[in-house]
Amino acid sequence: MKAPGAGLLRRRKRTEVVFRVLTTGSAVVVLLSLLLILGTILWKSVPALSLSMLTQTPRGGFYLGKGGGILNAIAGSLYLALGATALALLLSLPLALYLNTYKGRASKTAVWTRFFLDVLWGVPSIVYGAFGFVVMLALGLRASLLAGMLTVALLEFPIMARAIDEVMRLVPRELKDASASLGATRFETAAKVMIRQAAPGILTGILLAFGRGIGDAASVLFTAGFTDRVPTSLADPAATLPLAIFFQLGTPFPEVQQRAYASAAILTLIILIISLAGRAMSRKVTRHVVK
Amino acid sequence: MRLFKDALARRGMSLVTALPGLLVLLIVVGLFLKSKAILGVAPLSRLLFSSAWHPLKGEFGLWPFITGTIWVTVTALVLAVPVSILAAIYLSEYAPPWVRDAAKPVIDLLAGLPSVVYGVWGVLLVVPFVGNVLAPLAGVYSSGYSVLAGGLVLAIMTFPTIIHVTLEVFSSVPRALREASLSLGATRWETTRHVVVRKGAQGILAASVLGFSRAFGETMAVLMVVGNVPAVPRSLFDPGYPLPALIANNYGEMMSVPRYDAALMAAALVLMLIVLFFNGLARRILIRVERRVR
Repeated sequence: MKAPGAGLLRRRKRTEVVFRVLTTGSAVVVLLSLLLILGTILWKSVPALSLSMLTQTPRGGFYLGKGGGILNAIAGSLYLALGATALALLLSLPLALYLNTYKGRASKTAVWTRFFLDVLWGVPSIVYGAFGFVVMLALGLRASLLAGMLTVALLEFPIMARAIDEVMRLVPRELKDASASLGATRFETAAKVMIRQAAPGILTGILLAFGRGIGDAASVLFTAGFTDRVPTSLADPAATLPLAIFFQLGTPFPEVQQRAYASAAILTLIILIISLAGRAMSRKVTRHVVK
Repeated sequence: MRLFKDALARRGMSLVTALPGLLVLLIVVGLFLKSKAILGVAPLSRLLFSSAWHPLKGEFGLWPFITGTIWVTVTALVLAVPVSILAAIYLSEYAPPWVRDAAKPVIDLLAGLPSVVYGVWGVLLVVPFVGNVLAPLAGVYSSGYSVLAGGLVLAIMTFPTIIHVTLEVFSSVPRALREASLSLGATRWETTRHVVVRKGAQGILAASVLGFSRAFGETMAVLMVVGNVPAVPRSLFDPGYPLPALIANNYGEMMSVPRYDAALMAAALVLMLIVLFFNGLARRILIRVERRVR
């Protein structure tokens, strides 16, 4: 004899199984899409990857399929992202320190600043590019490494500031109180206690922003220009990897398109290295952290 | 002396803290000033809702581009929202701890991949897939460079945003609530549906809105796969021409045609205002959700 309600129970069990499969399947789709992207890019790039890609600047006729490499873009991207990240840090660190030492966690200033940072985070990079262009014209600058750096710094600023702010929020109150009770001013607390305690998080924030900066194309399109040479001063135009990929892919020559795939693989590898380095380093810098 | 330093630091830091709000304002004002040249000439409605895009004749109708953006974004969201939310449910409710830990770098990496890389991947795989497999299946001809290809690539790009925010919302639902539901004999899914999802409903909405505004402004990846034909798309297999792509594609010529630059800056302004609105909305919801939990 069947127990009453057995049918209902079976139906509930079946729903459970269906949704278990659906949710697991969705997670697998997400994972697979990453693998598919990485796999396709790396696999397609193999025929065109070579050392000369990394060590040479484009020679004459490079965009018609002749020899050379993308050193100009690699160097340009690194310079640009380094400069932009340094600028962004110069803004983000004081901001996060101010919110977390001078202002209360839930003060109006803190809530609003975080709100605006979050909004800025969502502003599309093409808008930063257009804005950077407007500012550039207003200041009389030409498309250059400097203009690119400034624009990318604006793009990185909310990312870095939010990341640093998040870790500083986790610094225990007791630590700040202990520092204050020893007679330290708030600034001394900020400079000597907060920074040290939040060091791993700050580093992660820096790398996160650097990765975004080096990979962004739309913001440097108007502002950094493009050139076949490695920039030697801030006023020179600078080539960037994402744009190099974009331009190479846009040519009708298969050899050049191949090289676009290879360039994309190089950019992907740089991003992979940054994210792995971030993981490894944030474990290492915990030496000064009070648990 | 030390107090002086402290006061100085306080001043300096508070200045920097005012920057985010100021920057939002500056961007809007800057773009507005630059687009004034076009706003003064034609009525706003003609600029926004006219389909005539003939820069050389001085006709700048943004309608094809606005509809192009909407088509691509909505396609992306229809694909991304269910998958992301179900994946977030799996990660927060079903997955064993080691899977959860392993999933974090995957999501971070998806978020960190440059949009050009997505674009290259789209050209290599998604465009041929749409052109050679999906379009014949649907019985239409398509080069593959289409709204659908753009939507597919964008969907994957918005996964991390939606998953990340949804996970955060779910983790703010107290454990005890779940346990209470389970102890009453509810299955995992019933607990998820009636407790976790209900409690986090607003947060899920906010996550989707954030995904929307992320997709709305994406430039390079979409630009590379969407076809860029300035006409209002009629189907998923038609090419489209979203606003960000318009701005990016024409930066070279814009200084040589009168008022072209103003039209592009107006496009950037429209983009900024829409994203600002949706972002602000989502963040307000999230702040409310956070406050209610505490």
